[in-house]
Amino acid sequence: MSCFYLALGIPFIFALLVPFLHKKFNPKIHTGWFILFVPLVILFYLLSLNPSIAGGKTIYLTLLWISAYDINLTANIDGLSLLFGLIIVGMGFLVILYSIYYMSKLREALDNFYVYLLLFIGSMLGLVFSDNVFVLYVFWEMTSISSFLLIAFWFQREKSRSGALKSMLITIFGGLSMLAGLIILSMITDTNSIREMISKVGIIQSHYLFVPAMVLILTGAFAKSVQFPFSIWLPDAMEAPTPVSAYLHSATMVKAGIYLVARLTPVFGGVPQWFWFVSGIGLVTLLYGSINAVRQTDLKALLAYSTIGQLGLIMSLLGLGSAALYFEAANEGAIYAVAIFAAIFHLVNHATFKGCLFMVVGIIDHELGTRDIRKLGGLLQLMPISFLLAVIGSFAMAGLPPFNGFLSKELFFTAVLNAVKMNIFHMETWGVLLVFLAWIASVFTFIYCMTMLFKTFAGVPKGRKLKKKVHEAPIGMLISPSILAGLVIAMFCYPNFFSKHLLQPAWEAVLPTFATSGLLQIEISAWHGLNTELLMTIGVVAVGTLLYKTIRKWYGIYRYYPTALTLNNMYEFLLEKLEQFSLAVTNRYMTGSVRDYLVYIFGVIILAGGGALLMFDGISFNSSQDSAVSFYELLLLFGMLSAALAVLLAKTRLAAVVAVGALGFLVAFFFVLFRAPDLALTQLVVETITTVLFLLCFYHLPRLKKDDSPIRFKAVNGVISAGVGLLVTLFALSANGNRLFESVSKFYENAYELAGANNIVNAILVDFRGFDTMLEILVLSMAGLGVYVLIKLHLAGRTENEGTK
Amino acid sequence: METCMSIVVGILFAIGTYLILSKTLLRIILGTSIIGHGVNLLILTMGGLKKGGPPILGLQGITFTDPLPQALVLTAIVINFATTALFLVLSYRTYRVLGTDDLEQLRGYENE
Repeated sequence: MSCFYLALGIPFIFALLVPFLHKKFNPKIHTGWFILFVPLVILFYLLSLNPSIAGGKTIYLTLLWISAYDINLTANIDGLSLLFGLIIVGMGFLVILYSIYYMSKLREALDNFYVYLLLFIGSMLGLVFSDNVFVLYVFWEMTSISSFLLIAFWFQREKSRSGALKSMLITIFGGLSMLAGLIILSMITDTNSIREMISKVGIIQSHYLFVPAMVLILTGAFAKSVQFPFSIWLPDAMEAPTPVSAYLHSATMVKAGIYLVARLTPVFGGVPQWFWFVSGIGLVTLLYGSINAVRQTDLKALLAYSTIGQLGLIMSLLGLGSAALYFEAANEGAIYAVAIFAAIFHLVNHATFKGCLFMVVGIIDHELGTRDIRKLGGLLQLMPISFLLAVIGSFAMAGLPPFNGFLSKELFFTAVLNAVKMNIFHMETWGVLLVFLAWIASVFTFIYCMTMLFKTFAGVPKGRKLKKKVHEAPIGMLISPSILAGLVIAMFCYPNFFSKHLLQPAWEAVLPTFATSGLLQIEISAWHGLNTELLMTIGVVAVGTLLYKTIRKWYGIYRYYPTALTLNNMYEFLLEKLEQFSLAVTNRYMTGSVRDYLVYIFGVIILAGGGALLMFDGISFNSSQDSAVSFYELLLLFGMLSAALAVLLAKTRLAAVVAVGALGFLVAFFFVLFRAPDLALTQLVVETITTVLFLLCFYHLPRLKKDDSPIRFKAVNGVISAGVGLLVTLFALSANGNRLFESVSKFYENAYELAGANNIVNAILVDFRGFDTMLEILVLSMAGLGVYVLIKLHLAGRTENEGTK
Repeated sequence: METCMSIVVGILFAIGTYLILSKTLLRIILGTSIIGHGVNLLILTMGGLKKGGPPILGLQGITFTDPLPQALVLTAIVINFATTALFLVLSYRTYRVLGTDDLEQLRGYENE
């Protein structure tokens, strides 16, 4: 089955090829044409897997990566991942087709665009098929990065950059939090595979780190799936080119969080914390999104808020459905499991109608140069096909028949009504509130759908405000939204076909304990009698229409909400404070003073070295092997110390230089005593030259000032240097007393046989380690060149003491 | 002798470090020079002191002092010389161009 990995690798391989193709063929052939078949090939491949997956099989593959840490490219192809995979490549195909007409091949940097897009397709596919949590995390962050790159595609615009940054900060923050949660999970279960985690659900749910892990992972999922209060990044992400908004920011990437929640439902589901957290946040998001969408004037911002709302709806359904896991696989649980099905169903529907709507908005933007509702109107006569597509999309979103959104909206109501009957998790007290909130949100959803549709297309054309002459979009741009609109209707007409082949397997994958019981059966029908759900829908339409007609009268209430309390302002405030804080912290230690940095370096050396000595019990003295000390040697040692101290205390430059010279010559003496004639000779020569050099230079250097630094400065220096000295002595003594192995030098004693030399040291230098010596000569010549250049070179425009003026 | 040398090397390191942490360029150079001496003596001490004759074949005795540390130190002396020379000239040049040898005045601007 390496075919699978090959298929998933195609986007990455093509991402490498795109720049070359672009360079060779653009602008003769739009680069998009080459990319178009990438998702198509993967689509056909995944479709070929579908029959066996729909038959209840799951395919499990492993490709070793970092097997020592159990981080392997394991793929789990089941109903859920396959459904997501199909959405990703299916939408990918349509979006690329659309982008060929949307993105100008003359003006835009198409190579960048398609590289980012392919990177996204590849990582998104990797995300949904990965079974290993850490591989999943890697792909998760890769989608965030490619999203960042795509939002900032028009990086000349300030808004694009800030929107990209915002999305990046929020999703990466969530991603890191999720990583922490995944690490906790893998610690609890001792496995990195989600599949195996599901089998150890008992251990996880009884573990004391269960709630922290859950909250951390959900933070990641909520940040990615724009749940409240992380939702603020999505409206700003609309700065991306519209194909990107349609693809990443409504159909696929923002659903990664949904995917994760669905995938982990068997792990976390069935407990009240998960139930309330997921469904509560979902409902709040649904309300927040739909209420805010009504006040938007930018069509894309409206769609962004509506996406937030719809994702909240899906999230809340997943939360409600998780209650099924509270029950063993029994009829009672299966009732609540319908919510999960509704979530999956609505997720697919959302991809179709929202994708269609985004593309229509893209067409409007492309043809008219604006997407501001206040400047639009009367496009019905000018763009009839676009209008038709918009009707299909927005009616589906509003939950009207005969479109697929109606079916999933009905199922949503069913799920909420079922949940009210629950007598667990305090639902008996709070259940009614859920129904009410769900209904309110649906009313607002209806209102913004109508706003979007009629404000744009109905009324009289406001042509004089527009620069361009308006006409219908080119046929190429209409293909993709038409296919999506066709799907919207097809899914209404044949819901059970889609359900059987796509949704049912995904449903079973989310609830594996129910899968074998045969309880997960659902028959979707548009007409199911005059029941509460239908009455609720009729209520939504009636109240929604009334409110839409009277929108001018109550629109003003939005103004009462204080702007200081908006999430965006809080984000800005938090970001600003964080920047100030980190700047203050950084300025505290990055002082620009070399001495401070040296203090850090020496401090770390002392702490690390001394710490290691103490930790591993390294301090031990053994002086039994020491050679004897004679009186003269002691005298020399004393002389050496006095010379060093003299350097320290010298008041004048000359005294300091002479003292260093004396120290050097005394070291040469020691070399003689230590049976090292070559060293002594070298040291004498070098020391002489160094002293002369010092004397030469000190003529030019300023007089030594008395060290008048504050006492604290001196004290720190004193402590640090005493520490360094002590550490070196301790290391030397401990090393001296513990010789672990014989010297390797026995080998070099064959110098005469091997190198024809009697002087072993010289043989080592010029023969055994000849390369070292050669490179040493290189260092010397580089230093020599440096010295020469520094003395001779006078940079143009540089006068003496320039910097002080 | 090894114990004595270890202590002396430690003191040389301490003095060298103190000089390096001071604010005057000349003192810093002197400090590196002293640490250089300390390192050389340390390497030799670690090889064992006076364990035999000088490492030259054909002289009296059959045991030699370990030649390897000597070879290392020989390299170190020369490199030390090279860096000291470069350092000296660099500070000379710094003073000529910038007019100060005080590190506090040579530091960069804030937020640089």
